[in-house]
Amino acid sequence: MFGIYVHWPFCASKCPYCDFNSHVRDAVDHAAWRDAYIREINYYAMLAPGRTVTSIFFGGGTPSLMEPETVKVVIDQIEKSWPCDPDMEITLEANPTSVEAAKLKSFREAGVNRVSIGVQSLRDESLSFLGRKHDRNEALKSIDLAKENFERFSFDLMYARPQQKVSDWVQELEEAVNLSVGHLSLYQLTIEEGTPFHTWHARGDFMMPSEDLGGEFYEITQSILGAAGLPAYEISNHAKPGQESRHNLTYWRYTDYVGIGPGAHGRLTLNDDKVATRGHRVPEIWMERVMESGHGSHDHEVVTPEQRWMESLMMGMRLREGVPFARLESESGKSIDDILDPRKLKALSEEGLITLSGDDIKPTTAGMQRLNGVFRYLL
Amino acid sequence: MTKPLAYIRNFAIIAHIDHGKSTLADRLIQTCGGLEEREMTEQVLDNMEIEKERGITIKAQTVRLSYTAKDGIEYQLNLMDTPGHVDFAYEVSRSLASCEGSILVVDSTQGVEAQTLANVYQALDNNHEIVTVVNKIDLPAADVEWAKRQVEDVIGLDASDAIPVSGKTGQNIDLLLEAIVKKLPAPKGNTDPACPTKALLVDSWYDAYLGVVILVRVVDGYLKKGQKIRFMATGATREIDRVGMFTPKKVILDELGPGEMGFITAAIKDISDTQVGDTITDERNLAPEPLPGFKPSVPMVFCSLYPADSSEFEKLRESIAKLKLNDASLHYEMESSQALGMGFRCGFLGLLHMEIIQERLDREFDLDLVPTAPSVVYKIHLTNGTSMELYNPVDMPETTRIDKIEEPWIKATIMTPDEYLGALLQLCQERRGVQIELTYVGNRAMLVYRLPLNEVIFDFYDRLKSISRGYASFDYHLDGYEEGDLVKMDILVNGEGVDALAMVVHRTQAERRGRQLCERLKELIPRQMVKVAIQAAIGGKIIAREDIGALRKDVLAKCYGGDITRKRKLLEKQKKGKAKMQMYANVEIPQSAFIAALKMGDEK
Ligand SMILES: Nc1nc2c(ncn2[C@@H]2O[C@H](COP(=O)(O)OP(=O)(O)OP(=O)(O)O)[C@@H](O)[C@H]2O)c(=O)[nH]1
Ligand SMILES: C[S@@+](CC[C@H](N)C(=O)[O-])C[C@H]1O[C@@H](n2cnc3c(N)ncnc32)[C@H](O)[C@@H]1O
Ligand code: SF4
Ligand SMILES: [Mg+2]
Repeated sequence: MFGIYVHWPFCASKCPYCDFNSHVRDAVDHAAWRDAYIREINYYAMLAPGRTVTSIFFGGGTPSLMEPETVKVVIDQIEKSWPCDPDMEITLEANPTSVEAAKLKSFREAGVNRVSIGVQSLRDESLSFLGRKHDRNEALKSIDLAKENFERFSFDLMYARPQQKVSDWVQELEEAVNLSVGHLSLYQLTIEEGTPFHTWHARGDFMMPSEDLGGEFYEITQSILGAAGLPAYEISNHAKPGQESRHNLTYWRYTDYVGIGPGAHGRLTLNDDKVATRGHRVPEIWMERVMESGHGSHDHEVVTPEQRWMESLMMGMRLREGVPFARLESESGKSIDDILDPRKLKALSEEGLITLSGDDIKPTTAGMQRLNGVFRYLL
Repeated sequence: MTKPLAYIRNFAIIAHIDHGKSTLADRLIQTCGGLEEREMTEQVLDNMEIEKERGITIKAQTVRLSYTAKDGIEYQLNLMDTPGHVDFAYEVSRSLASCEGSILVVDSTQGVEAQTLANVYQALDNNHEIVTVVNKIDLPAADVEWAKRQVEDVIGLDASDAIPVSGKTGQNIDLLLEAIVKKLPAPKGNTDPACPTKALLVDSWYDAYLGVVILVRVVDGYLKKGQKIRFMATGATREIDRVGMFTPKKVILDELGPGEMGFITAAIKDISDTQVGDTITDERNLAPEPLPGFKPSVPMVFCSLYPADSSEFEKLRESIAKLKLNDASLHYEMESSQALGMGFRCGFLGLLHMEIIQERLDREFDLDLVPTAPSVVYKIHLTNGTSMELYNPVDMPETTRIDKIEEPWIKATIMTPDEYLGALLQLCQERRGVQIELTYVGNRAMLVYRLPLNEVIFDFYDRLKSISRGYASFDYHLDGYEEGDLVKMDILVNGEGVDALAMVVHRTQAERRGRQLCERLKELIPRQMVKVAIQAAIGGKIIAREDIGALRKDVLAKCYGGDITRKRKLLEKQKKGKAKMQMYANVEIPQSAFIAALKMGDEK
């Protein structure tokens, strides 16, 4: 598997809970962005040539604000630069305002075959608390349009919001399940440093649910989605078997991916080294660098074998399928007993937090929701 | 040129904790121009980070001031600011033995308290003249007359000329300065340049630029740059490379003369050459006999310190030696343990002292430590006729091998407003205390009790403070050993014994302490992935139990997009921080919980 992530760093406005690399600008020179993307794609194609691309993901920011033409140019350039899997997944993140919903069809025409819609909530009060630009009706309309235009689509919701009752969430979630087709991302709202929510929360403007209540939200979410045939294949991602996001699996399975655009990250195996790449976060700086030197990234950093197995464990354990020992061994160059203490593994499995088949390690449901603790103990 | 003896005054500022010694020192420094306005900070002599953070003095500090009195003469004042907390009493006693006079500070809103008494008596033992000041008169609650009466009634000192001052506003500092030169005696000493030098080694510390710095009080003769000196107790000889004073800024001088205080450096590499209380003399003109020096300090509480990473043993050894240079009341000796490797058994004057040392090792030397449980020293007589000293409860022999156990007792003085007397009597009673004396001075009571040290060491002080809403004060000294019905109590976490929490308790106290400790640990141990049972047991019998429910959810909600690096760094940081955790039966106990658990504070 080999994925290409393309970051579009602009949003119509900044949501107060969001710590993604997103920026608000009065005007964007779309032609210049097209150029810059092409250049950076060429650069990475030279750096890591010949791999078969299995997925492209337009993330943000708000990629639904891109001109469909830009999307098309980017896809074309990728297809010119690398061999591509005929079954390649091309996802685009879309916000559900009416303007953007109207563009869904042209995105399909540009080559996108899957969309992920940032619905966040199906309740108007919550949407306004979250500072979103859309309302429930627009969300429903976007979902309809997505269904019309795409065989595969997903949408995102955030739960365990301040003041939210578990019973309300259950209703909202059941409605969401009925609207969904094969994939849902359900994130527990997190207060991120450096966001307005962080300040407001610290100031006491609102209270977040306790850890216990958060746990209750999580557990009920698992049981509803499990019953609906959309079990969690990752901590916060649910899919009918076969409908998983192939692109996101490249991260979790720790295979190579290229990061194009401001603040985008990549992991590339070059010779025997694993190299971490990272684009400059500020769009203008990134753009300048690309124009100067063909790419907008900082110095590439070599990930040490010790860090490699830690990263692959950390990512892989988020998945229900877990991590094969062979992956940890090949990333670390060591045998499994030298990296994970067998006594600790045994203790974790006796506590019912992981299962061990002999050649892999998998989190149990209980382990998945306490993954930080599992790592704290194990590492 | 050194000062003529008649124009020198050496004095210590003594008081109960927080009565305003360091603030008063600020005003004296400021008034005498030792520091400029912009260089002043509050409690400028409390220069250690820990002192600033906690707002208490830990180290005594000496500064030399120059004061031109009403008589037109410029006097040299050597001021020693001392700590008030009992755990740092050795700093006070050494200061008192190094000078001739004391300024006794009494807070006009608090009156005489236990350490006021203890420190005054020590000053009198050292034949000090005493200038009494009644401080904080700027406060609305100040009652100068009442405070003076307390000095007369409780201490028996004439307070008619006690000076009302405010260390905060500087009011009457001029009167105090005049009293210092008028009432305190000039030092005595031999000024003959040909006489053998005798100087008292008062204190020493390690300075990154100067190396080992020695604070001295010259008694006879002179100390100069280039002079060959001998430390009489250790026999070490060195050449002085710098002589100076603190104003509190460091100033280099040509020499120090009789009666003066100041510092010397002498390219000292081996820290063990410098022992506080030693006499420094001239290598070519040896003094026939040393000065009396200081009484050694007697440690009260012991614990062992091991490096978390055994390869850091050497670093720990060096660091402790450097701290010892700066803290003469710290005792240590090397020890090795099967489980923890090589470390040191350390003796402290109290729990606060222990905490400060552990914190300083962490901060100043960046050492991760594994401390064992603090304990007093028990004398155990075995059935085979031999006896042993028990420093760590873990080493307690099987009960069948024990004939009897003796424990240390203390004599404690408690001073309190009478409304809290009842509750305090009950506290002392609960702690197996034996009343020796109960006297009243006005509406304040003075209680003298004998108490077993192990009932006092952990939380007695906190309890006393909370019962009396901060108004009672407490002072104590060791008072022999006595046999007691003592047992070892184990703390089990998910069935596994936690060595650092094992303790020796009196049989009648076991259940109360066990219950308290379990409750406290429940608050201190963060929730884990699994349910945690905390139990207290005596010889296998469970006497108390608390459960901590398992963590319900602990995972990052969103982790996609390629920013793995940031998440990995979080994990690496966590992993590093883990050195500060200890594992028992798969339960992580933060290092800080160990001391906190033993300092139980409020009972509910
Ligand atoms: N209002 C008022 N407060 C004072 C005065 N002198 C000291 N304080 C306050 O009392 C507290 C203790 O002052 P310190 O000077 O640190 O007391 P200390 O006696 O040196 O304390 P230790 O060294 O820890 O024993 C501080 O909060 C000071 O600001 C005073 O004259 N008036
Ligand atoms: C790259 S983000 C945003 C995509 C798109 N711009 C949008 O807002 O719909 C992808 C998802 O992360 C989730 N998310 C963002 N901030 C979050 C937070 N603070 N806590 C939990 N989930 C968050 C939201 O569900 C969001 O749809
Ligand atoms: S629209 Fe999406 S990316 Fe933009 S600020 Fe809001 S949550 Fe962040
Ligand atoms: Mg002080």
